[in-house]
Order: sequence, then C-alpha cells, then structure tokens
Amino acid sequence: MHDSISRYLDPEAICLGVEATSNRDVIDLLAGRLAALGRVRPSFVGAVLAREASMPTGLPLGGALNVAVPHTDPEHVVKPSLALATLARPVGFGSMDDPDEEIPVGVVMMLALDNKDAQIDMLREVAELIQRPGALAALAAATSPDEIYAVLGA
Amino acid sequence: MPRTKVVLVACGTAVATSTVVANAIEEEMRERGIAVDIRQCKATEVPGLIDDVDLVVSTTPVPPDLDKPVITTLAFLTGIGKAEVLDKIEAALRG
Repeated sequence: MHDSISRYLDPEAICLGVEATSNRDVIDLLAGRLAALGRVRPSFVGAVLAREASMPTGLPLGGALNVAVPHTDPEHVVKPSLALATLARPVGFGSMDDPDEEIPVGVVMMLALDNKDAQIDMLREVAELIQRPGALAALAAATSPDEIYAVLGA
Repeated sequence: MPRTKVVLVACGTAVATSTVVANAIEEEMRERGIAVDIRQCKATEVPGLIDDVDLVVSTTPVPPDLDKPVITTLAFLTGIGKAEVLDKIEAALRG
C-alpha cells in the first residue's frame, strides 16, 4: 500500500529517463520542479546540495540498482512533497553510512518534509518501497507517470 | 522493573531517515519486551545529548569517542541485515 507516497508526488515532479552526469544535475532538476510547483522555498536546492556534499543520501542495496533520498531541513519546505527521477545512466552518490564511498544510483527520490510526525506514514512507505523486491527495477523501467503510480500503488 | 533504556537515533537532518529508524526500533523492541525511550537528533548533535543515553543508532557517521555503544546501520532503510542489527540492538540494551 503506497497511497501516501502517491499523494505527495505530483506528476510534474516525476522525471523519467533523465540524462544526468552528476548527482548535482539530478538534485537541481528535482528541486527545480518542486520549487516551480511552489512546494519548497528558493533556499531548498542549495540546502539539499550542501547536505548531500557533507552527509550524502545514497543507499546501497547490494545490487546494481541503488537509490538516493536527497533532503534537507524543514525550514526550506512549503508543503511536504516528493519528487522522483529515474536516470538513463546511473550517477554517483555518496553512501549515507560511509560518505567516502560512492555508489551508482539509478533512482532518486527527493524528500521535502516539514514535520516528521505528520509524514511518518509516507517515510515508512518510502522505506518499504526501497525494500520491496523488484519495486526499484519497476520504477526504473517505467515510461510514464502512470506506470510510476502503478508501482507505488502495488 | 528494569529502567527504560534510552536510544538516541541520529541521521543527517533528524527528520527523515532517523524517523524511520526510531519507529522501527520502538516497535521491534516492544515486541521483544524491552521498553525504550527513543530520542532523535542530527548526527552532529550527538555529543551534546549523549549523557543519559544507553545506545546510539545512526544512519550516518557520528563523531568519534562518544564513550557509548554506537551502531551505524542502513538496515532499517534498505532491509539488508535488519534481523542481525535488531539482535545487536537488543543485546546492547539488555547488556
């Protein structure tokens, strides 16, 4: 059940088959979408980039397809939201538990959160999604936002 | 009645990943019959909050020399090695 994720994810914040050469490209793109939708403040993108540089958000999943969950402090957020990118080719993100280790990431879920208690269900669903076998591969293979929502709702 | 153990759960922002971890630890330890008081903070805040803490669980590196047990794990986010980490947490809290 991933109703909650879908509720936070505007179709305009879904970018599929993105041609990126660095994690900065992806963060710029997704933060730009959230800013255009009025979900985050102009300061959000810089804060996410700074956070990623010092405390990266790549999550190694033990296979070829890893995920990253860039995010930052609540004060940069207007309305809690998600943004999602699938990448044409993986880009490197630092690993959350070992910032010196870079891992190839193919799916990026940007989190814009303003209240951890209010958004706990969504966060749990993000973790469940990451742990669900085949879910990330299905996201990576999606060619339309509808297919993304189908995976999230599965 | 054993004293409630205090677990400090840290991540980069204290808003996203530590929330998932805090939730999971609270639920799992309750099932194992261990009462825990869970506190969340940023990794950089750990040294200032460490005094009455029994165990630190973090998703990101924390400052060294804390003088308390520290478990750095992504298991609650990735699912990889979760059972082992829960056993480690239980052992640290029962110890």
